[in-house]
Amino acid sequence: MSILVNKNSRILVQGFTGSEGTFHAGQMIEYGTNVVGGVTPGKGGQLHLERPVFNSVSEAVAETGADVSIIFVPPAFAGDAIMEAAEAGIGLVVAITEGIPVKDMIVVNDYIKDRETRLIGPNCPGIITAEEAKVGIMPGFIFKKGPVGIVSKSGTLTYEAVDQTTKAGLGQTTAIGIGGDPIIGTTTLDAIKLFEADGETEGIIMIGEIGGNLEAKAAAWIKENGTKPVVAFIAGETAPKGRTMGHAGAIVSGADDTATAKKNILRESGVYVVDSPADIGKTMAGLLK
Amino acid sequence: MNLHEYQGKELLKGFGVAIQEGIVADTPDGAVEAAKKISLQTGTEWWVIKAQIHAGGRGKGGGVKLAKSLDEVREKADEILGMMLITPQTPKEGKLVRKVLIAQDVYYPGPSEREEYYMSVLMDREKAKNIIMYSPEGGTDIEAVAEKSPEKIFKEEIDPAIGLQAFQARKIAFNLGLSGQAFKEMTKFVFSLYNAYLGIDASLFEINPVLKTSDDKIIAVDSKVRIDNSGLFRHKDIAAMRDTSEEDPMEVKASDAGLSYVKLDGNVGCMVNGAGLAMSTMDIIKLSGGNPANFLDVGGTADAERVEKGLRIILDDPNIKGILINIFGGIVRCDRVAQGVIDAYNSIGEIPVPIIVRLQGTNAEEAKVLIDESGLKVHSAITLQDAADRVKELVS
Repeated sequence: MSILVNKNSRILVQGFTGSEGTFHAGQMIEYGTNVVGGVTPGKGGQLHLERPVFNSVSEAVAETGADVSIIFVPPAFAGDAIMEAAEAGIGLVVAITEGIPVKDMIVVNDYIKDRETRLIGPNCPGIITAEEAKVGIMPGFIFKKGPVGIVSKSGTLTYEAVDQTTKAGLGQTTAIGIGGDPIIGTTTLDAIKLFEADGETEGIIMIGEIGGNLEAKAAAWIKENGTKPVVAFIAGETAPKGRTMGHAGAIVSGADDTATAKKNILRESGVYVVDSPADIGKTMAGLLK
Repeated sequence: MNLHEYQGKELLKGFGVAIQEGIVADTPDGAVEAAKKISLQTGTEWWVIKAQIHAGGRGKGGGVKLAKSLDEVREKADEILGMMLITPQTPKEGKLVRKVLIAQDVYYPGPSEREEYYMSVLMDREKAKNIIMYSPEGGTDIEAVAEKSPEKIFKEEIDPAIGLQAFQARKIAFNLGLSGQAFKEMTKFVFSLYNAYLGIDASLFEINPVLKTSDDKIIAVDSKVRIDNSGLFRHKDIAAMRDTSEEDPMEVKASDAGLSYVKLDGNVGCMVNGAGLAMSTMDIIKLSGGNPANFLDVGGTADAERVEKGLRIILDDPNIKGILINIFGGIVRCDRVAQGVIDAYNSIGEIPVPIIVRLQGTNAEEAKVLIDESGLKVHSAITLQDAADRVKELVS
């Protein structure tokens, strides 16, 4: 088990031949991920990293049976690339690109909402199922197969949690970076539901931050439906109001989206909230003993 | 990115939004010239002198004044220019006024009653749609209206696939209680405003007040415009409108160096790769008894050059007692970051405060050896807990 991606996933890389795409696709292949090809409009017919390059996603799907796509396309064209993947019937689209204009994402979000496509990101490190498939830019070596599912808005902070759970002797099923933009595809709650339904996942780590209400929504659901222990950390207790903290979506706008407010609602919902990110791994290890 | 009122109005006008006309000036003489021009252009006999700073509530702080003669224009512009304007939205010490907008007087008497409304366009994060928020209670603090009479705030959601529709613009005009010519003007105003919002990749428009003049025109008297930074690559002209004098000088320096930096009031500086980890590092400093002096995300590369730029910016802050560098090396190797820190240290010379370098991830052990053997006043740490304990020692 695990969620969304595994060793049988057939992965397509959009923006395959660019520098980012080339580097990370190479790393994904090295991890053992089943990368079946890539798309770079105008470069169809070539071979890159010993995989075929196609002009369009639909052509690539027809030729390779790809069911997952990862996007390294620059911000100006990334929205278009997501919609192209959705139109071609790709089931899971992982958008790594940072800096896609909000105006574009509003349209993308609307375009994919009635289609059979799940979007992860944008502005995220991607998704990885430990020792099976890495569809993202995370350092593969810190992951180890195990019982913990991780959902996070952040990149390096996710690696921190992964590293701690690995060193605590636990390991991970799947880790999803949902991204730090104001408009994203898969939400914290979506991931929590998937982990709840996954037979191999025994505990869930949720890493959130200031801004928006994704954590509050997840908390409400967990309170009613949660059966697995959830450890949460919310970054930005010390962030000032009204300032964007690196991630476009990380901004305190009111009383409900501060770190304190989110921690309170999570605690009330039975989630194990840690104040220091140094305590994520050991708290989960204690719960899964 | 935030714009000044005069810049926002200029952009709105380009999309056909009716505005209170004005000309910007930075000297009292310039203000008089501007007033003369505006009179020729609009026929106005009085003028409004408006301080141009990136903060609302300017009227309350004495930054908006009516002038009834050219002498008064000069006198009031002279008063406002160079003042430290304090409003509920500025820092305690206020903000220096460098420019004033000399605007036509639009509150002239006439056949119908003047009315002030509130209107904003923004993205509703939960719905992932743009909305137009409006209220018949304009000209005042909208947060106060939201608190006292929330029923007077209306929201119109825009379908991303089909855009703003005519019936929606009519609904807005009806809800604002308009009829006749003013009704028509308002529907036109709403359309132009929404087109402008989309056209310039804005992330917020706030027009407060929208005025119905005594001759039934609908015009934007003020404009608060925020642009989506991610959309700026499509608008070089708007990017050029950035007024760095309105921003913290250290933040400007950081953004020029490609670093994401926010100045805070604390005593422990920090430099981190990744925004989430950077916020967490600030939290750790606080939990360890210190106060974070800044947010600083050096990004994925964290090479010697970026580390040096980051360090120099942090060191500009006289309040810091120490610096915590927290890097999780994924794709980027810790030993290379460590070398970067050492090189940056040597290049800067004597650094007066202790530095704690926490490197975890790829080649973390090698990195620790490099730091420990460098002979510099740098403490190394590998786990987050180590780093937190070091900070605790530092501030106690």
